[in-house]
Amino acid sequence: MTSVLFDAPGPKARRASLIASIVSAVALIALFGWIIATLAAPRTGPGGVTLPGAFDPSRWDIFLDRAVWRTIWGGVLGTLRAAGLAAVLAIIIGVILSLFRSSRTRWITVPVAIVLEFLRGVPVLLMMLFILLVLSTGQYWAVVWALAVYNGAIIGEALRAGLDSLPRGQREAGLSIGLSPLATRMRIEYPQAVRQMTPIIVAQLVVLLKDTSLGYIVGYSEVLRVMMNNLSSFYGNRYLFSLFFVCLGIYLAINFIVSAIARFLSKRLA
Amino acid sequence: MSAVLANLPAFLEGFRMTLVLLAVSGGGALVLGTIVAVMRVSPVATLRWLATGYTELFRNTPLTLVFAFFVFVVPTLGVRVDFIWLALVSLTLYTSPFVAEAIRSGINGVPVGQAEAARSIGLGFGQTLGLVILPQALRMSVPPLINVLIALTKNTSVAGGFFIVELVATGRQLANANGNAVIPILLAVAAFYLVITITLGLVAGRVESKVRVLR
Amino acid sequence: MGNITRNRILGAAGVATLGILALSACVDSEAPSPSGPATSDAPAEDVTFPEGSTMAELAEAGTITIGTKFDQPLFGLMNPGTGEPEGFDVEIGKIIAGELGIAPENINWVETVSSNREPFIQNGQVDIVIATYTINDTRKEVVSFAGPYYEAGQSILVLAGNPNDIQGPDDLVGQPVCTASGSTPEANLRELGANVVATDTYSNCLEPLRSGQVVAVSTDNVILAGLAAQNEGEFEVVGEPFTEEPYGIGLALEDTEFRMWINDVLEEIAADGRWEQAWMSTAGTVLPPAEPPAVDRY
Repeated sequence: MTSVLFDAPGPKARRASLIASIVSAVALIALFGWIIATLAAPRTGPGGVTLPGAFDPSRWDIFLDRAVWRTIWGGVLGTLRAAGLAAVLAIIIGVILSLFRSSRTRWITVPVAIVLEFLRGVPVLLMMLFILLVLSTGQYWAVVWALAVYNGAIIGEALRAGLDSLPRGQREAGLSIGLSPLATRMRIEYPQAVRQMTPIIVAQLVVLLKDTSLGYIVGYSEVLRVMMNNLSSFYGNRYLFSLFFVCLGIYLAINFIVSAIARFLSKRLA
Repeated sequence: MSAVLANLPAFLEGFRMTLVLLAVSGGGALVLGTIVAVMRVSPVATLRWLATGYTELFRNTPLTLVFAFFVFVVPTLGVRVDFIWLALVSLTLYTSPFVAEAIRSGINGVPVGQAEAARSIGLGFGQTLGLVILPQALRMSVPPLINVLIALTKNTSVAGGFFIVELVATGRQLANANGNAVIPILLAVAAFYLVITITLGLVAGRVESKVRVLR
Repeated sequence: MGNITRNRILGAAGVATLGILALSACVDSEAPSPSGPATSDAPAEDVTFPEGSTMAELAEAGTITIGTKFDQPLFGLMNPGTGEPEGFDVEIGKIIAGELGIAPENINWVETVSSNREPFIQNGQVDIVIATYTINDTRKEVVSFAGPYYEAGQSILVLAGNPNDIQGPDDLVGQPVCTASGSTPEANLRELGANVVATDTYSNCLEPLRSGQVVAVSTDNVILAGLAAQNEGEFEVVGEPFTEEPYGIGLALEDTEFRMWINDVLEEIAADGRWEQAWMSTAGTVLPPAEPPAVDRY
């Protein structure tokens, strides 16, 4: 589609495009440069205390300490453990919910629809708090179940949309060769729906990974809480910037790896 | 239950704040997201890269870190604004890539023939997009856009950890003060959220059926 | 398509699950050996407790689960080097465990935040909570408190030099003040009429204070003193504490026997100097010497 929106650029258009590129690149570099320079400059705080700039070595020396990295690694493992189990549970819940929703009997579809609306409408933060306080499960399981149930509802809806978008002939063909309705669903319709919805499902799993950071509300030790809360309380406010940048880098790295794995898997399975 | 009724003003104040966050960031994200989507299909290569980089950055960053940047790092640059504006900017910037993706999938869903026809009668890039493609793309993107808005409603709860008193922050505060009525308070907070999300869902259904493009 | 792809998907899922389990095993074997400040005496030997009491059970088991803060300087702060929390609350916990015949290494420390203190006590996931836990009447309906073991008070932290001339709580009315969300100081400030901005960690309050977006940070005076000490010369505590925040040891609601026993221990250490020792080795390094308060046997 995008290739038909405009002609191949001629000399004038190429020149205009080049000028636009240079101007925007210069503007961006100027903006970043200003931000970095302002952060790096020492600030004179209240009481005449001079605070070093954000990139001053005194703000980064804790990263030379192996104990710090061990703690950070513990936080990363906390994030991955919760996200991994929640992802598996979310997919299972999504499959079950979409099965119920596409069923023929109204006795099943209506209550399930109500439950789904509730699960999709409540923030994950609140659900974690709820599960912790009402079901008394402990921090890890509160985080895992809240993430699994919420993302399971969304994946369930995506799978249902996928099932609905299939040509009706698929189901009819399955029934006509003697497969039971359930078998038709599992062997013919689901694989196609899953393949169609894979990008959406993978995007939702990346969201799940990021949402582990909401575990702070129940005090679960995932990497954001460990770095921005525990480490920053221990070492002091001086390291807030550096902890923030490293934490951001860790999240970007994890998410890129997960997306790359997902792309690799989808190429292999297609 | 009595704890909920006794604290109704506090709940309503939190509800009002959530609505404000939703309305302003939602509007901002829709505008910014459309711009980013247009940048991604534009003929200028730099704009395409910019838009792609922006989208990838915000889609892979947790909202909490975006908030942390705007609430803690930005003020040190000398920017002095109220916390509410920092929260609105964070939510808008975070949600706009998702809006852009939804609109881009809408653009890709418009049959190629439409663009070809527009080009063949001599319309330029801007005109093709503005007069022919976007109107159809926006109609097709209504379901994913409503999902993005529902997600935004729930994301406003993160602002509670960054100096904004919205529903979840109000709920935590009341739960702490009334340790014996924690469950009714949390259920009340959930109910307020459901009011917003169910309304959005119903509005979505209506809008979708009215603007659906029959092929 | 069919079976081959499905088997591949199942295989991938199986590998993923194994990976997750392996990672979990990784975490549990990571904990480094503890070595905190050596102030607690050797655990009491040969202590006998009444049959069926909590004390007897814990002494039998040889381990106790204590909930504390991991992010509170001077009281409960997780040391990344040792992997164990340290602070005044931790020392009190070690003393109580010692009286049960449990060595410090056998204490199972769990992080408690304001949302999970009561649920953890109620469902037994922790035996006691020592986490700057303020005693108040609404909480007494769901858990019971031994102590208090320290009397804090809410106070005010401002920029060094006090540019806004804050002398006391009355100067905070209508002004933006930062504190922790869902805490007792937050409720007190709201009652006072200040414009409260709340966040999750106290150290998050310092940037807004530096940039002038809030005029003060207000919470328990010991926490403020810890923040001021960590950031030398930038902040100062002003005024006298204007509330009373008795820190207590939270435990199960019905367990009167255990509560009275802990009260006995607290009175004992107040008299024989171990309370002093615990204070001087932790909070006392920054804060002035303090007096142990009288316990409240209600």
